[in-house]
Amino acid sequence: MLPVATDQIMQAQATMTHALELKAISKSFDGKEALRKASFNVRWGEVHALLGENGAGKSTIMNVATGIYSPDEGSVHINEQPVAVRSPGDAIRHGIGMVHQHYRLVKRFSVAENIVLACGDIQNLTSTSAAASAVAEKAAEVGFDVSAHAIVGQLSIAEQQRVEILKVLLLGASIIILDEPTAVLTDQESRAILAFCRRMAEAGHAVVLITHKLREVLEFSDRVTVMRHGETVLDGADTSGLDVDILSRHMIGEPSLAMDELNASLGDPCLTVSNLVVPSPNGTIGVEGISVSVREGEILGIAGVGGNGQQQLADALMGLTACENGSIRLGENDITNDNVTRRRQAGLRAVPADRFASGLIADMTIAENLAMTRLADGEFGGYFTLSRRTMRKEAEDAISDHDIRGAAPTRQTRLLSGGNAQKLLLARELSGSTRLLVAHSPTRGLDIKACNTVHSLIRKFVESGAACLLISEDLEEILTLSTRVAVISRGKVVGEFPKQEATPEKIGALMMGHA
Amino acid sequence: MSSAFFLNWFATIPDYAAPLLLAALGLIICERSGVINLGAEGLMAVGAMSAVIVSFNTSSPALAMAVGTISATALAVIFGIAVVYFKTNQVLSGLAIVALGAGITGVAGRAVAHQPVPGFERLNMGFLSEIPWIGKIVFSQNIMIYVCIVIVIVTWWAIETTRYGLKLRAVGEDPATADTAGVDVLFYRFIAVLCSGAFCGLAGAYLSIASSQVWVEGMIAGRGWIAIALVIFARWRPLRALAGAILFAGADSLIPRLQAIGADIPVYLMLALPYVLTLAVLIIPAVLFKRADVSPSALGLDYLRQDRH
Repeated sequence: MLPVATDQIMQAQATMTHALELKAISKSFDGKEALRKASFNVRWGEVHALLGENGAGKSTIMNVATGIYSPDEGSVHINEQPVAVRSPGDAIRHGIGMVHQHYRLVKRFSVAENIVLACGDIQNLTSTSAAASAVAEKAAEVGFDVSAHAIVGQLSIAEQQRVEILKVLLLGASIIILDEPTAVLTDQESRAILAFCRRMAEAGHAVVLITHKLREVLEFSDRVTVMRHGETVLDGADTSGLDVDILSRHMIGEPSLAMDELNASLGDPCLTVSNLVVPSPNGTIGVEGISVSVREGEILGIAGVGGNGQQQLADALMGLTACENGSIRLGENDITNDNVTRRRQAGLRAVPADRFASGLIADMTIAENLAMTRLADGEFGGYFTLSRRTMRKEAEDAISDHDIRGAAPTRQTRLLSGGNAQKLLLARELSGSTRLLVAHSPTRGLDIKACNTVHSLIRKFVESGAACLLISEDLEEILTLSTRVAVISRGKVVGEFPKQEATPEKIGALMMGHA
Repeated sequence: MSSAFFLNWFATIPDYAAPLLLAALGLIICERSGVINLGAEGLMAVGAMSAVIVSFNTSSPALAMAVGTISATALAVIFGIAVVYFKTNQVLSGLAIVALGAGITGVAGRAVAHQPVPGFERLNMGFLSEIPWIGKIVFSQNIMIYVCIVIVIVTWWAIETTRYGLKLRAVGEDPATADTAGVDVLFYRFIAVLCSGAFCGLAGAYLSIASSQVWVEGMIAGRGWIAIALVIFARWRPLRALAGAILFAGADSLIPRLQAIGADIPVYLMLALPYVLTLAVLIIPAVLFKRADVSPSALGLDYLRQDRH
């Protein structure tokens, strides 16, 4: 049972009291300060955005509110009363529910089984059939379409998110925290979920929206709190008086950068792909006859909706999957049948879409990850030896050259934030004699500042006379970075434009298969 | 070969299947919680030896089974504290339990070695036991065989249909989610380890009290390892473990039957059989059915709450 009675909530709402307040919270991990006297509050009936870069402490402070982390200092208040939230169970009893970024659902369980697991003890939903009817009832109430007997792992990301939200509601949460709910959704799905947040607030709930997207803050929330480096830099300001520049200045401490024209002259053809056909596993779309070329000093952007052959194209270029037909030439050399090592030696490098799945090894150190692809070069020792000292030196240089925060040569790579891990990956891939970089969604999941850093690294690299093939589902990224744009749809290039002619409308229509 | 050969063969299968099945059920509970217990061989040895000591001194086979179960559970407490709470390496800790079990029984069981002890007799269920074939195979086993059937069903019911089973499975699939849902992950794992200790102890006691009614050093003879293979063969499902145990036991009991009718079988083949079976059972399904991995997702992984990702 919730200790907060409904009429108490009503009363609290009437007086605009704080539903949840976190005061002067400090928290360290292994001596590293994640939160420094940070504070936050949300009122009943509002959507309150919690804005900040990756690693600013947004998730950490909310994990304190939900009892996952216990704070070193500071206090948690609900309805202006101090409370102790020592476990997720305590948080639930106080009516705090969190929709985590990594959904807390057992993938092999059905929706109903997940509900029994999470809500069984509290709501007395002891059987899957009782849970199924509770799910159906709540889903109808909030307007979701969810099948209680579906296996969670087989649902789409957006559907899993709806299950997670239903779970939180069934737990009886009146303070609902959503951790970057739109990070992995399409634009349409994002708007649906944000509109849902507004509806919940209008129904009297307190809704916290953790995000790093400024548009969501201005369009969908009543107030905003901005965090930077573990501190609260803007505490509960009304969004009506704010704009993108003010927010981004608070968020990254400097105004957003406008991109200049790329200062590079076109050189010889660097990559030439002719009639490339790459089969795809399990019936998805592969590459079905693509011919593109990239010259030195050029960034060719491949725009397209995800799953139209981009992954197979990137894999084929790196030599991770065999081509069925066609050829790939790097400069004068035919590399169609070369293995990965030979392609790398020829000067082909890549930033894969999932940086920890195929770019970096999370459990190895930063120095090891940096040396990983260059062991054959001889600078880290001979055939059998490995010079720890050189590795350390290289890592220190890379860390200071690229301003990789939170890094030390012997630190595990998994401890880096997304942006810093990406900087590390680029530091490695752009070092040495790289002629062509295949960058697949290089800024996926990164905040504005990290995005800008990655973009300027790529630009600097191309300005030095190299070439880049940029594969991205983010149209804005394609348009800001590319000098030429090709659109991929159903495994084929369906249109190609120089930068001046590439308008969002034209490209969008081609991406969607119209035109 | 006569029909008498097959009747005798089939009638001995339950006796061979029971210890494999009991141990496998315990290991299934343990692995569904995410803990790999490779100590089955050692736990079974302790169960077998301590049961014989009790039966030898009290002449009560039922008390002997109970003490066998409890003493193996006590050994599992050590394993559980080490791997669950102190997060020691599960594989190495399991192997240590095997060595420890062999060591303890070798020393403590010396006095009762090779001494016949009272066990369970085959039941006579009147007219049921008179039915041709079925009577001898199904209705003339010792009481523990029927207990065993009940245990399989209860285990299946508990894991697959109850809330506690759901929580156990959640702990083995996704401990972070279970933790958020308010499940005490480490406690569930510890209890699951104790269950594997109890079931393996019962399996060991079955071997010495119900099956052979005598204890000799090393009598588990690889059955703990077969049980571990059986878990994988059964794809972590209790009812499939029943089917698997019958299949294993059929193969395991064939050679003694062949020897009984005077066939010339090399003794080495007999000694190697459990290990050959284990290998065969692991390799054959993997070759025949290329199905998705169904092992518990968090199997063998420690759970640390304040782990940043």
